[in-house]
Amino acid sequence: MVIEYPFSRTTGPVIGAFLTGLREGVVVGIKGSDGRVLMPPTEYDPVTSESLNEMVEVGQTGQVTTWSWTEGRRYQPLDGRPFAWALIKLDGADTAMLHAVDVASPDQMSIGMRVRIRWRAEREGHIRDIECFEPEVGAS
Amino acid sequence: MSDLLLPPSLEGVEMVRSVRTPAHLDYSYTPGRAMSRFLTGLAEKKIRGQRCPSCGKVYVPPRGACPTDGVPTEEEVELPHTGTITTFCIVNVSFYGQGMEIPYVSALVLLDDSDIPLMHLVQEVPYDQVRTGMRVEAVWVSDDELKPTLESIKWFRPNGEPDRDASTMRGNA
Amino acid sequence: MRDVAIISFAQTKHARAITDANEVEMLMPVVREALDGAGVGMDRVGFTCSGSTDYLSGQAFSFVMTLDAVGPWPPIAESHVEMDGAWALYEAWVKLQMGEVDVALVYAYGKSSPGDVTEVLTRQLDPYFLAPLWPDTISLAGLQTRALLETGRVREADLAEVAARSRRDALSNPYALLARDDSPDALLAEPFIAEPMHKWDCPPITDGAAAVVIAAGDVARELSSRPAWVRGIDHRIESQGLGLRDLTTSASTRLAGEKAGVASAPVDFAELHAPFTAQELILRESLGLGDDVAINPSGGALAANPVMAAGLIRLGEAAARITRGEGNRAVAHATSGPLLQQNLVCVLEGE
Repeated sequence: MVIEYPFSRTTGPVIGAFLTGLREGVVVGIKGSDGRVLMPPTEYDPVTSESLNEMVEVGQTGQVTTWSWTEGRRYQPLDGRPFAWALIKLDGADTAMLHAVDVASPDQMSIGMRVRIRWRAEREGHIRDIECFEPEVGAS
Repeated sequence: MSDLLLPPSLEGVEMVRSVRTPAHLDYSYTPGRAMSRFLTGLAEKKIRGQRCPSCGKVYVPPRGACPTDGVPTEEEVELPHTGTITTFCIVNVSFYGQGMEIPYVSALVLLDDSDIPLMHLVQEVPYDQVRTGMRVEAVWVSDDELKPTLESIKWFRPNGEPDRDASTMRGNA
Repeated sequence: MRDVAIISFAQTKHARAITDANEVEMLMPVVREALDGAGVGMDRVGFTCSGSTDYLSGQAFSFVMTLDAVGPWPPIAESHVEMDGAWALYEAWVKLQMGEVDVALVYAYGKSSPGDVTEVLTRQLDPYFLAPLWPDTISLAGLQTRALLETGRVREADLAEVAARSRRDALSNPYALLARDDSPDALLAEPFIAEPMHKWDCPPITDGAAAVVIAAGDVARELSSRPAWVRGIDHRIESQGLGLRDLTTSASTRLAGEKAGVASAPVDFAELHAPFTAQELILRESLGLGDDVAINPSGGALAANPVMAAGLIRLGEAAARITRGEGNRAVAHATSGPLLQQNLVCVLEGE
């Protein structure tokens, strides 16, 4: 038996702006109460609960803070190919986001490695507008 | 939040307001001992209920427990294929996943010798003649189409017996 | 505050897949055993609370149907949490604190076998940033495990020790699913299933249920020869954003442990709800439990992990051990949400 949940969700302005950015090929986070840039953005500061409103563009390259390997499963990025899950701190952001890194084997992954976004050609305002990350060319 | 400050790259751009979040998940259910007996019975053109050892009520479909007493129901009872409509509704809207022509009648049928009604369709009668107390019988699919599913009963239809007094069925609707 | 104690506990013999019973049939004997253990019928139970999740069973409001296992007639005072049953116990404890009822029944169940539990659990994640990527539970635990290893506080051999000890302790637990005597070295020699995760870092996929009866004050003393008193109980939650938390520690567990009074006296043993090996080490550190404290003598969630019941089982196992006189002061812990997002800590004592 298959159960389908054909949901659409209202984003609200902050997540809406983040997803708009993805559609436009830019990444935006939000400034927290202490000036840290939270990415992905949150509506409220995770520590002080203050309402946040200053969205800022961050970089499209960043650093892996932790990672794990997967053989790839249905629905996941990269269509069932093996890849690495990683928490990635984009340049200019102070918190990390989860996404896939497209490398051929776990030997090519390490904490601290530099990665950059690989965009999907057709984008609609969705986290999957980022197809995955890939190692930054020329970075050591 | 109307005072959201956007970076220059997003100024004047139409904002995303909703996002698709579809999910689909696969399940293989375990019907359990009681429901398995009920379902395999349907494939043999039998309707099997279970009697509560404490209050004596007969449940169909059986779920292995008396919902009143919280005790296992192990005694199996084979039920007749006739019953009485305890309540019904005339459905005028179609909904996702359902292939019926509208309007159609969905009814609770209290099978004879049982104490809890079964929900099923009523057909072979104009929808506006269906009434509480009407006597009905199960219409089965052909023998080679019988399967362990409630769909082995196509629907219920009037069997021509006189109506039962609805007040005698109180507590069972 | 009223004194409240766990006076009875029952659980299924856990299995990879319980295929001959639906949820009600699985639950009913356990509820009955817990009530019998307390020597009460439903007529003495003033409040019933359960924990389960609809996504696991693939049925909306599935908990309404499992009430058949209790026999809710005449109509009972009842509540349900879409959480591990430990949080249902917390709600029941609050109800007893209000003074209107003296006995409560708490139960929880989870059948992971109908679907793919590692896939189903992606549905509890943030719906904008995480759930659309469908990150499975093992991959997420891998992120936490690697982050912990990277700190240098923990080595892979420490993780293997946790797995080996859990499986070995489970040999004396007749309800456990994964019970065997493996040496840590043999475990370390096994290949990764998803680097840095070995199979032994992960819990067995489990079907199972548990039920607990709690009672207040003199009623508990009347019904049990040795009640396991709840001396402190607290639960705390952190942000669901994985990148917003330090995954190598558990601030919510630390705070809940402080509020529950873990450190106010020595602890004889602890039952920690750690479905993954690294999580046990994070929890021990966050609760300040030293090497002298026996951890998970039942084998823990690494030996049987019925989702939504495994936390309640920690509280039940700890209480049962105290009632049997195998210790006098225990810490029981339950977790919910991804990567130790939410944590409940309970301190239990004999008289």
